[in-house]
Amino acid sequence: MVKSADPSLMKAVSRSTCRAFLEAEIRLPGDIRRAISAARDAETDTIARGELQNILANIDRAEEMKLPICQDTGVPVVYITLPPEIPLDQGLYDAVAEGVRQATAAVPMRPNVVTPLGRENSRDNTGAGMPAVHVRPGPRFTITVLPKGAGAENMSRIAMLLPSQKDRIARFVVETMLIAGGKPCPPVVLGVGIGSTFDGVAALAKEALLEPVDTMSGFERELCDAVNELGIGPMGLGGKTTCLAVKVKTAGCHTASLPVAVNVQCWACRRATVEVVL
Amino acid sequence: MPACDRRGGTLKPVSLETPLGEEVLDLVAGDMVELSGIVYTARDEAHMRMMDEGIPFDPEGAAIFHCGPVVVDERIVAAGPTTSARMNDLSGFLLDAGVRALVGKGGMGAGVVGQLKGRGVYLALTGGCAALAASRMTLRGVYFEDLGMAEATWIIGFDRVPLVVGIDSHGRDLYAEVDTHAKEQFKRRFTL
Repeated sequence: MVKSADPSLMKAVSRSTCRAFLEAEIRLPGDIRRAISAARDAETDTIARGELQNILANIDRAEEMKLPICQDTGVPVVYITLPPEIPLDQGLYDAVAEGVRQATAAVPMRPNVVTPLGRENSRDNTGAGMPAVHVRPGPRFTITVLPKGAGAENMSRIAMLLPSQKDRIARFVVETMLIAGGKPCPPVVLGVGIGSTFDGVAALAKEALLEPVDTMSGFERELCDAVNELGIGPMGLGGKTTCLAVKVKTAGCHTASLPVAVNVQCWACRRATVEVVL
Repeated sequence: MPACDRRGGTLKPVSLETPLGEEVLDLVAGDMVELSGIVYTARDEAHMRMMDEGIPFDPEGAAIFHCGPVVVDERIVAAGPTTSARMNDLSGFLLDAGVRALVGKGGMGAGVVGQLKGRGVYLALTGGCAALAASRMTLRGVYFEDLGMAEATWIIGFDRVPLVVGIDSHGRDLYAEVDTHAKEQFKRRFTL
């Protein structure tokens, strides 16, 4: 058994967290870039095409110049898979937070994390419960980061539907984008959680954003098409593509409940995974 | 969506340089623009400071950029637009003072659409395009630095920054048109 107080292990965790943020903030995943590129090719509206062209040029420029894709470098959301030989204790959380501090300087990331009521900025993107760290058992020791910007996060919604309201799920998802309009920087990816509990369904919706957007189920495709019918388009200026993809995650729920959550993600669907090498 | 008949949109961008004059009155919602010259960033805090203490630059023909950049070693690292709607109730005094253009993302409220009439335009910069934007911007100075990196008023030199006229000086608002259409589509699909 490795002791997590082991300084070399802690250093590896911090370093891997920092590397994951560097990757996520600067290079957009291939599946997202392909989806934006396909949207550009399908677009007939001059303005919408221009917006998508700017986004693609920006993605290339960020990678070339090793700059953050967007100035809103988000708040740090981190998913860890932990193999059986690594103990789960406070040391792990501290090492991840240290990695966030390193990344704030290295990327650089804008210091975004503040206290909720006093609005005091920690200047290093850490705070109480921040980074948000989610740990699961797994065969390999991996760190996945999902930096989450506020423009899209602010438009996310949750509903406790009734078991008889299954038909209202699509309406709720589409209505979320109708209310959001151009504010979340469309074209968006929508993470949809269905089932679980009030808190669990929001977590499912966020986890859905980690899924590749290359493929969609029939249901996901149906939701995506319905959102695109709104015609909000890139940046809310009108056009064919409002939504690049919808990803759905489900979990068991109470027989009297039907929780639904929609986590809105801007086109900069940043995520990266790094394996911690011991 | 009848995407093609809702705007006058020129295909070739119109070159504009600050300080702006009456040429902005010829622009139509949907026109492409390339903006050069000095612009001033301002978010919520800077607007409130200017209302209290006055505008620290010559507002005649000026362009205001809704942006909180990442600045490192007096260099712009990333500078995309922020959501302009937060400044809906804070922009009138700038237009009264002679400001001709507001640059941001997401559009602005009906009040601002009215205030822009006969005076100026709202220009949309593609949201999230911070790296692209920064490569066409040079930092020239700063006001209100005590407000912090995101909220200070940075003086920025634009070099042919690509923009779209979202709201023109004749009361035409692309965002409102898109929103009306989206609501109709929603009602068509989901009755009740």
